[in-house]
Amino acid sequence: MTEGAPGSIGFRRSWHSLAAERGIEALITVCGISAVILVGGIFFFVFREALPVLASPNFSLGEFLFSVEWYPTSVTDVRYGVLAMIVGTLAVTALAMAIAVPFGIGGAIYLSEFCGPKVRETLKVVIELLAAIPSVVWGFLGLTVVNQLLITVFDAAVGLNALNAGLLLALMSLPIIVSIGEDALKAVPDSYREAGIALGATRWQLVYRVLLPGARNGLLAAVLLGVGRAVGETMAVLMATGHAVQIPGGLLDPVRTLTANIASEMGEVSKDSEHYRVLFAIGVLLFGITFLVNLAADLVVRGVRRR
Amino acid sequence: MASLLARRLQAAGALALAALGTASCQRSTASERTVLLNRGSDTMINVAQAWAEEYAKVAPGVSVEVAGGGSGVGIAALIDGTVQIANSSRPMKPAEQEATRTARGADPVEHVTGYDALVVYVHAKNPVQSMTLEQLRDLFAEGGRISRWSDFGVRHDACPRDTIIRISRQSSSGTYDFFREAALDKHDFKLGTLELNGSKEVVELVAHTPCAIGYSGMGYATPGVKMLSLSREGGPPVAPTVQATLDRSYPIARPLYMYTVGQPEGETKRYLDWIHSPPGQRIVSAVGYVPLPASETGPVPAPPSPSEVHP
Repeated sequence: MTEGAPGSIGFRRSWHSLAAERGIEALITVCGISAVILVGGIFFFVFREALPVLASPNFSLGEFLFSVEWYPTSVTDVRYGVLAMIVGTLAVTALAMAIAVPFGIGGAIYLSEFCGPKVRETLKVVIELLAAIPSVVWGFLGLTVVNQLLITVFDAAVGLNALNAGLLLALMSLPIIVSIGEDALKAVPDSYREAGIALGATRWQLVYRVLLPGARNGLLAAVLLGVGRAVGETMAVLMATGHAVQIPGGLLDPVRTLTANIASEMGEVSKDSEHYRVLFAIGVLLFGITFLVNLAADLVVRGVRRR
Repeated sequence: MASLLARRLQAAGALALAALGTASCQRSTASERTVLLNRGSDTMINVAQAWAEEYAKVAPGVSVEVAGGGSGVGIAALIDGTVQIANSSRPMKPAEQEATRTARGADPVEHVTGYDALVVYVHAKNPVQSMTLEQLRDLFAEGGRISRWSDFGVRHDACPRDTIIRISRQSSSGTYDFFREAALDKHDFKLGTLELNGSKEVVELVAHTPCAIGYSGMGYATPGVKMLSLSREGGPPVAPTVQATLDRSYPIARPLYMYTVGQPEGETKRYLDWIHSPPGQRIVSAVGYVPLPASETGPVPAPPSPSEVHP
C-alpha cells in the first residue's frame, strides 16, 4: 500500500508525517519481532534452569527419557524417569483429538454452511462461553461428575483416568477448533461455492469436494491449536487423570501428564535442588514436543501446497 | 539447608500477609489487640481453626490467625519469625532444628497437642476388615506382590475387576512422608499409585471407588468408607480408636505438634496452656482426633483478667 514514492500517488506529505510513518513502521517491526524475542527468551530461561542437571554426570538422559520410574523424593534411591508421563501426555492428547476433531470440524461446517444467521450467532456465543470456562472448573467437573459417570457407564475401576481427562480436554479444545475452523471455511471464496453449485453438486459434495480441500490449511491450523491446548493444559488434567505414574494399559487406566507433574511438584520443591532442575528439564521436553508438533504441521502444510 | 531457601520464599508471602493482618488489626481496634500467627500442617488445619474460633470467645483480646500450607511451610515460617506457632504432623528434622537455632538464637520447643491415627480407608462395601503391616507394605510398596482383593482371600462383589486401586497423597505432603516411613518402612510407593492433593479428596475418592484403598487422618472418616484394623506381625488386629492410639497399640499413630521458638511466653503461653486444658482438648475430639490423656492435660486456666488483655 505504501509502495512507490509518496508524491507519485498524489498525496503531498509534510516532513513530520513522513517521520511519523517511519516511527510507526519501526514500532510494527518491533511488534512482529517481539514474538521471536519472547519465545527465545522463555526457552533461554527454562533451559538455563535445567542445564546444570542436564550437564551433571549423575544425570542420564537415557534414563530420563526411557525409564518409567519417577521417584524424586525417595529416601533410598532417587530416580527421574518421565517415559510414563510422556506416554500419558500423548495418550490424553490423542484421545482428546479423536473426540474433538470430528465434532469440531463438523461444528465448523454446520456453522459456516448449514445454519441460518440467527442460529449461528447464538451458537457462537455459546461456544465462546465454553471457551471461557476456567480449567480448574473443568477439573472439578472431572473429579465429581465425569468420575462418577465413567464408573457407572463403563464400569471403570476408578473414574479418574485417561478417558476422563481426554473427555475434558476434548471439550476444552472444541471451541478453538470450531471457531478457527469456521473462519477457515468462511475464507474459501464464494466463487468456489458458486462454481460447485453451477456444476450441479449437492450440498454435501460441495463441502466434501470443494470446501474441505479449499480450507485445508486453515482447518489443520485449527486442529493444531487444539492439540496445543490439550498438550499444555495443566489444572484439569491434574485433577482428572488420577495423577498416577504408569504406562496406561487402556483408556480406563489412570495416567500422569508432564504438565500436571510440574504443577503438583514445583510448589514444594526446594529451589536449585536436583529435583527442581529436573522439573525444568521436563519444561524443556514439553517445549521440544510442541516444537515437533508445529514442525510436523508446517511440513504437512508445505506438502499440501506443493500438490 | 539449601532446601530451606524455597520454603523461605514461600514464607516471604506469609510474612507479607501477616504484616498486613497485624497492621489492619491495629488500625481497626481502638484498644491493643494481640495477634497470634499460626501456620502449618494441612492435617491440623481443621482443629487449629476450631481452637482459634473457640479461643476468641474465651479471650476476646487475642486473635489467632491460622493458615495451612503443610508442615514444612509452617516450620519454615517459624524459623523466619513470621509466625509464633507452627503446626506440624511430623517431628522437626534435625536440619530444621539447627536452622531455628541459627536464625532465631533459641531451640525450637515441641508441644504435643493431640494424636492422630493414620487410617487406612476402603470402600464401605469392601469385605476386608483388617490387614497386617506386612500386607500393607506388599500392597503399597515398590516390589510388593499384592495387587488384587482376592489376594486377601475375600470376594469383593462391588469390585468385579478385583484390581486394587491404590490412592495416596502427593509426594510433598507430610502424611505421605509419615506413611512411607511408618507403614512402608521407607520403601517407595508402587508405580501406578494415584496421588491426590488433599486428605479429604483421598477419602472422598475411596468412598466413590469400590476397588480403592487409601490413607488419611482419622478426622476425615465419612459413612462411605470403612476404617481397616491393622496388626503388627503376629499381633492381633487393632482398630484405629482413641484408646488404641493413646496406648500405641495401633501401629501407625502420630502426635500432632505445635512448635514455638524457646519456651512460650505471654499470650502464646496462655494460648498453648488453654489448648492443653480440658476445653481445648474437647475440641480435639470434636474434630475427630485423639485428645491428650488426662495425665497430660493441664488445669483449666483462669480466664485472663481484663487488665491483662488490655494493658
